[in-house]
Amino acid sequence: MVAGILARTFRTILVLAGVVTLVFVVVRLVPGDPAVSILGDQAPPEQVSMLREQMGLELPLWKQYLDFVSRILDGSLGKPFRASHDPDATVASLVGEVFPFTLELALAAVIVACLLALPLGTMSALRRGKAADSIALTATLVGLAMPVFWLGPLLIHLLCVKLRVLPDPAAGVTGVGSLILPAAVLGLALSARLTRMVRSSVLDVLQQPYVLAAYARGLPHGRVIVRHVLRNALLPVATVLGLQFAALLSGALVTEKVFARPGIGSLLIDAVTRRDYSVVQGTALVIGAIYVVVNLLVDIAYMVIDPRLAHAERGEGS
Amino acid sequence: MRLLTGQKWTDPLPLFSIFCLAFLALAAGAADVLAPFGVEERAQDLLLSPPSAMHLLGTDAQGRDILTLVIHASRVALLVGLGTAFVSMAVGVPLGLVSGYFGGAVDAVLMGICEVVFAFPGILLALLLVFVTQQPSMLNVLIALSATGWAGWARLVRGQVLQEKTRDYILTARAAGAGIPRILVIHILPNIASVLLVQVSFSAASAILAESSLSFLGLGPQDCPSWGSMLSEGAALFVCSPHMALFSGLAIFATVLSFNVVGDRLRDRLAGAGEAGKHMRKGTR
Repeated sequence: MVAGILARTFRTILVLAGVVTLVFVVVRLVPGDPAVSILGDQAPPEQVSMLREQMGLELPLWKQYLDFVSRILDGSLGKPFRASHDPDATVASLVGEVFPFTLELALAAVIVACLLALPLGTMSALRRGKAADSIALTATLVGLAMPVFWLGPLLIHLLCVKLRVLPDPAAGVTGVGSLILPAAVLGLALSARLTRMVRSSVLDVLQQPYVLAAYARGLPHGRVIVRHVLRNALLPVATVLGLQFAALLSGALVTEKVFARPGIGSLLIDAVTRRDYSVVQGTALVIGAIYVVVNLLVDIAYMVIDPRLAHAERGEGS
Repeated sequence: MRLLTGQKWTDPLPLFSIFCLAFLALAAGAADVLAPFGVEERAQDLLLSPPSAMHLLGTDAQGRDILTLVIHASRVALLVGLGTAFVSMAVGVPLGLVSGYFGGAVDAVLMGICEVVFAFPGILLALLLVFVTQQPSMLNVLIALSATGWAGWARLVRGQVLQEKTRDYILTARAAGAGIPRILVIHILPNIASVLLVQVSFSAASAILAESSLSFLGLGPQDCPSWGSMLSEGAALFVCSPHMALFSGLAIFATVLSFNVVGDRLRDRLAGAGEAGKHMRKGTR
């Protein structure tokens, strides 16, 4: 199992190296002079050349790459080019400031998604082909097609402005109250995907001989479903939830903008608008790395639970 | 159409989806004829007016007719949606065929690249690519979304090829001396065509959603009206004029839902047909 975990970790390091290189290359594709783009066309040439030097644009490309990697390794991710309230701020410190908000939103959305998807997916599988199943599947299609940036304003208008049951995000409220609606909107989109996964996973397990054996032993229906079906069906769902973390971070980009919440998505969008290259590349890197590491952790957890997968990984890696 | 709706005409969702997609195609194709006003035509005395007999879906903050904008924006949605699906397919399918068929180092390198692309959630890589182009146009958005979309196609096709290449008909073709290009294009590709057809639908749906998200964030096509940017403008004015965000959002929702429903039903029907085919083959042996 240890060899399997090591092989998987090695692959993750290669992917992370690929992520770093891709971000570096993409940001270097910018046509024209990034320094001029930041300072504007009217900026004096001395100022432009000073910024070019500060950005390291005068160096050869391979040296810029090594600098980029060294700034990742020292944990600073570089310095933002735009002035910030703290002169000592690094990209990493900016990300660190807002990251808890995104994590809070992502975790709350996962909880919302699980609370909706687990009962709905299980019910849908147990009533396969019946009206309840059709309704649940149609609901998931509707959920998948509902843009976060449409549902958000609709719900804000309905619940915060008309009915006033939740605090208005425009009022700048903090705390749990301000988290309910963004988490619900983001979680709803995730729950649509998750419901389908739970349904197909439960359907797979229901066909296993041990489920038939459990019924043959005269165990009550509820006990078979909870102890025998769900315990086995939810394991693959947990793995897929790791993969869905990507969709969640992507959804968070938009959700944070809709609800005017601070977070890593807002930081990125703000940096894009202000054309702050170092913050854009640093934030994109962090989001990519989070996704890769979360999936590594999920895979390792799964290998610990089911050692057969560790053997498969080792076989694939060798 | 029977393929989507089944034997009975009782399921309203596929019919609704086909109707929506047909309407979308018509709107995109004949926008200049169907739209009641010109895109830049402004009614200066009717800013943010609610739906009325003259402006069926109301007007925006600049006095432009929302129905006209929604109709014209359907072009962007359809072109970016289907364009991204086809460009991603054109790049991803050959790579997936090669990766799955040859395996080994080629497979490891190609799937490694795919894994790097997958590390960027959803619109993130597209957002970076649009950011570097500085002035996002419809073509730039299409290229950016295709640059991330091909990886999904490559992985899907690779999986299919791994299943197909051990089948008897491929072994027979190889024994008969067929070359690798012939095996890939004449034998394997037609046998995985149904999976690709389904994927076009899902891929178009996610590209439309991605384009709308980029537009909502202000990084979508700037040279033509799009549902996402209309929604972004409308969301800020939701309290006083909900109609702006309502209709553009409804257009995105109905289009994405329709593509997803078509993909979903096609997959079910084609999987059913595949199973039936297998049983028939078993029965005739």
